[in-house]
Amino acid sequence: MQPTSHAFKQNAHEALENPVLQEALGGIRTGWQAARGRAAGALPEFEQLRDTGRDIKNHVLAHLDLYLEAFTAKVEEAGGKVHWARDAAEARTIVLELCREADARTVTKSKSMIAEEIGLNPWLEANDVKPVETDLGEYIIQLAGQPPSHLVGPAVHMTKDEVSDLFHKHHGGERLEEGGALVGEARRVLRQRYLEADVGITGANFLVAETGSIITVTNEGNAELTQGLPRTHICIASIEKIVPTMEDAFTLLRLLARSATGQEFSAYTTVMTGPKREEDLDGPREFHLVLLDNGRSKMVGSAFQEMLRCIRCGACMNHCPVYLAAGGHAYGWVYVGPMGSVLTPQFVGIEEAHPLPNASTFCGRCEEVCPVRIPLPKLMRHWREEQFNRQLNPPAARYGLALWGFVARRPRLYRLATGMAVGAMRLLGGRQGRMRRLPLAGGWTGTRDMPAPQGPTFMQAWKKRRGAGS
Amino acid sequence: MNTSPRVALFVTCLVDLFRPSVGFAAVKLLEQAGCRVEVPEAQTCCGQPAFNSGDRATATEMARRAVALLEPYDHVVVPSGSCAGMLRVHYPELLGEDPEWAGRARAVAERCHELVSFLADVMKVEGVEAALEGRVTYHDSCSGLRELKIRHQPRRLLETVEGLELVEMDDSEVCCGFGGTFCVKYPEISTRMVDDKVAAIDRSGAATVLAGDLGCLMNMAGRLKRLGSAVEVRHVAEVLAGELDAPSIGESGSREA
Ligand code: SF4
Repeated sequence: MQPTSHAFKQNAHEALENPVLQEALGGIRTGWQAARGRAAGALPEFEQLRDTGRDIKNHVLAHLDLYLEAFTAKVEEAGGKVHWARDAAEARTIVLELCREADARTVTKSKSMIAEEIGLNPWLEANDVKPVETDLGEYIIQLAGQPPSHLVGPAVHMTKDEVSDLFHKHHGGERLEEGGALVGEARRVLRQRYLEADVGITGANFLVAETGSIITVTNEGNAELTQGLPRTHICIASIEKIVPTMEDAFTLLRLLARSATGQEFSAYTTVMTGPKREEDLDGPREFHLVLLDNGRSKMVGSAFQEMLRCIRCGACMNHCPVYLAAGGHAYGWVYVGPMGSVLTPQFVGIEEAHPLPNASTFCGRCEEVCPVRIPLPKLMRHWREEQFNRQLNPPAARYGLALWGFVARRPRLYRLATGMAVGAMRLLGGRQGRMRRLPLAGGWTGTRDMPAPQGPTFMQAWKKRRGAGS
Repeated sequence: MNTSPRVALFVTCLVDLFRPSVGFAAVKLLEQAGCRVEVPEAQTCCGQPAFNSGDRATATEMARRAVALLEPYDHVVVPSGSCAGMLRVHYPELLGEDPEWAGRARAVAERCHELVSFLADVMKVEGVEAALEGRVTYHDSCSGLRELKIRHQPRRLLETVEGLELVEMDDSEVCCGFGGTFCVKYPEISTRMVDDKVAAIDRSGAATVLAGDLGCLMNMAGRLKRLGSAVEVRHVAEVLAGELDAPSIGESGSREA
């Protein structure tokens, strides 16, 4: 996906002007946001569970190589095959080769952010393999030709009305309006595709080292059908998805469902270990696991290591006032919201993604709800430091900051400057108690008045008062 | 021997520049609580603008200066959650790797408090002598709420203000859209956020909105006044101290000029 993160501000402008999008985003507040609050409140040990989740992930990251080895051995023991992919291009090539070996013309896919990260769909299409998304949200955006705008609800930016139009256009027939009817129609269309598909591609929420299993969760059961019906199942997952034991996975699953949608558990949790065995009733003949690094092993041990704890629940974006105003597409790449503001620069470069870590008030709501306690504001600040050190900020901002820093480190000069600033602002209409315009502050005064200073600075007034008093 | 604690007031840039009455209200409250208040003269800014702009070197140097300046006092009190959070949470982070400064930064951080939480939690103030007739709502500024866990303290003290009826607005804990330089870098998103806040204030039916951070207050007042709202905006310290002579934020009055 060609990133447009550099245009975040313009993207956000368009989003704010789009009433349909705003209506759709409004639903997150009353929906997932409220639901997460209820679910967290209903579980007395929720905060403790978050500590445990964080610790599990930290432990894995400290011993990633060991667990990857153990996991790989278990997968192969169970008859699966593991393919290592250093980067997106390698992963795409591996998947395409596997599809060709299986003689695949259509493949079904269940939701996978890794597939988005490596740009799998356009690549397969360009190579005459037709991917069909089976997650309802993914199916919708595939029809619409759009990237996902949310980790959990890829089509959350669309209203039901828009989906009605879209289905009507692609499926023909009567224009359906009722939610249940739309879902029913998608099911009917997709059912046929499951049967036609030669290969099923899924992501994974967790990879269990102890057993070599992959775990996927959905609310539609589509991952199960995607991986169980075709002859070949390809799972693509990134290396940090690993957890030591089944118990660890279920601890994290409890956190994931509550944080994402406020459910106690997702409707379908599928645990799959290797291909179909003799005695199994169904399952794929072949099972391939593509393990993607794509820069992650370099994040281990770096300032951004903590980001690798992310379990892709979407809570950070559901609670982010910037995301809720701008929507996911404004972020201009696969990962959006606060977690995207940290991750996207890793993948597309900080030059391209420079606005993202700055588009935050550091209000801290994301960190407050993150189930694995990722300090997202701190990580965004690390990116700002990187930008500052590499002088990527606009010159005016850099010089302004340098001048301010020079003055603020010299108390006497600072007193002089603040005294003068107050005097100047008082001259500019301070008598009204506020200013409608202020030079160099158009960003503020475009939509807000600037309250005027009361009079002399506190330090001046204090000196006078104490001077008179003693 | 005088046993009352010696407290340094860290005024903060915005109070110093825009609203000295908050500083004086803080002094009054601290003295009423039995503190000896001093205002160290060499104080400037806590360094947040540099810290949040990625200029770690400048932020670190400012942290060292502030630590050296503030370490002689029993407590450091700040009428702002975000500046107090800088001193309390981020100074130890910034200086944590520096063997000479790490311990000193931690020692100052432990003794540094946001004003209202200091009154309630450290000085055990249970009520104030102040009056304000009418409905009031309180906005939880982000850093105070999330870095310093300030939530009940201002509400408890406000409830002892005579005539004051405290009402909760929806989403009182959601950011107002100020965010330091964010509000001028992303004015449209910031405006959208403050508009949501204004709507919540309106729905609450309050005549006055209070908070503990002047940045947020100026942002909310700036938008409310631009929209022609009559809602008054004040720092919580002014109300607790009963210092209501100064016109509310963004309003002019007869007191000065
Ligand atoms: S950063 Fe935390 S809150 Fe955001 S998606 Fe990842 S795990 Fe969820």
